[in-house]
Amino acid sequence: MPRPELQAPPEIFYNDVEARKYTTSSRIVEIQARISERALELLNLPNDGVPRLLLDIGCGSGLSGETMSEHGHHWIGYDISPSMLNVALDREVDGDLLLADIGQGLGLRPGVIDGAISISAVQWLCYADKSSHEPRMRLKAFFGSLYRCLARGARAVLQLYAENMDQSAMILTSAMRAGFGGGVVVDYPHSSKAKKAYIVLTCGPPSTQSWLPKGKGEDDEMCTDSDEDSDDEDQTVGMYDRSRPRKKMKVNKKGKGREWVLKKKDQMRKKGNVVPPDTKYTARKRKTRF
Amino acid sequence: MRLLTHNMLSSNVKGVVNGFPLRLEASTWVEKEVDFNADFLRSVFPKIDWPALFGASQTVGYVALPESADASMLESEDFLKKFHHALLEIHVEEGALVCPETGRRFPINKGIPNMLLNEDEV
Repeated sequence: MPRPELQAPPEIFYNDVEARKYTTSSRIVEIQARISERALELLNLPNDGVPRLLLDIGCGSGLSGETMSEHGHHWIGYDISPSMLNVALDREVDGDLLLADIGQGLGLRPGVIDGAISISAVQWLCYADKSSHEPRMRLKAFFGSLYRCLARGARAVLQLYAENMDQSAMILTSAMRAGFGGGVVVDYPHSSKAKKAYIVLTCGPPSTQSWLPKGKGEDDEMCTDSDEDSDDEDQTVGMYDRSRPRKKMKVNKKGKGREWVLKKKDQMRKKGNVVPPDTKYTARKRKTRF
Repeated sequence: MRLLTHNMLSSNVKGVVNGFPLRLEASTWVEKEVDFNADFLRSVFPKIDWPALFGASQTVGYVALPESADASMLESEDFLKKFHHALLEIHVEEGALVCPETGRRFPINKGIPNMLLNEDEV
């Protein structure tokens, strides 16, 4: 069964049946709740008990919104699926819901939002559903409007399942172009089942606000595939900085040297092939017209 | 949709220079009690566009808000209660948000504004 993003656009994939399935599956509800808690934690809101005004991007049936309400915050949720929003209405969530396409921009006044989270939603922007949809334009509209509406020092935490590295790169590049700083926090990187990536985006000048916490569970002790245990040891995850040049593996394009040839000959000998003996002439540089 | 959200939304239609505030049309609204938190009110006050809030509260028939407000009024418990009520406790169920420049209507159904733009408006 291919990923949802490859089956249909979100407003069609999340129809009434799918919306109901999504919200009544206790496993999904539990996982989403945990992801939302972690995303809220990564928002690094001041611990002063003052409710904040947050965004839930791709709020769906309100699962993540409920986590924000539990922490006392006010929130505005965006979703493109009427079916999912109907479920949210049934569940009587406390946040305000908007039927909207985030690829068209968020349509909010500048600097009014204290933080934004998004659970498993932003990757949908990478798929062109209609001929007029250019994923890059949509990502640009989304990140541009997100950057503008966030207050100085506010963060956006986007948890998503990118299909591949190209997609992650496209999303991150778009975010950086919009002016965001930040990086990626990966929890449980060694467990393919439990692994979760959170893109943490920061606004405004780098300061104590832009310090990123460590990803969970990078120590070998927690290598089991059993689901998250909050007693994990954390390990450092580096800051992703647009200005820092990426370390690229040096690819030696000058052909293969003597060492390589000798190694190969040895391998062949071990296999049992007949190989000429190694002499001082082995892999000697020949004239180009050889 | 609460008036807090209305105060943050702006028209996203292509070519619009200043899409804020969206004019509020409300045919049905309800009042729901929300926990009062003075800290939140004080922290959100600087972000609120008061004329827009005042106009919206008039539309839903809540006339207790003063026409203009400044930070000193936040000391008054009475003002805070009115601010709280207007901002958080009035939910518009049916109505529309209207773009001030193009007149484009964004309908509100079951409390959810439909902000989806058509292909030619993006």
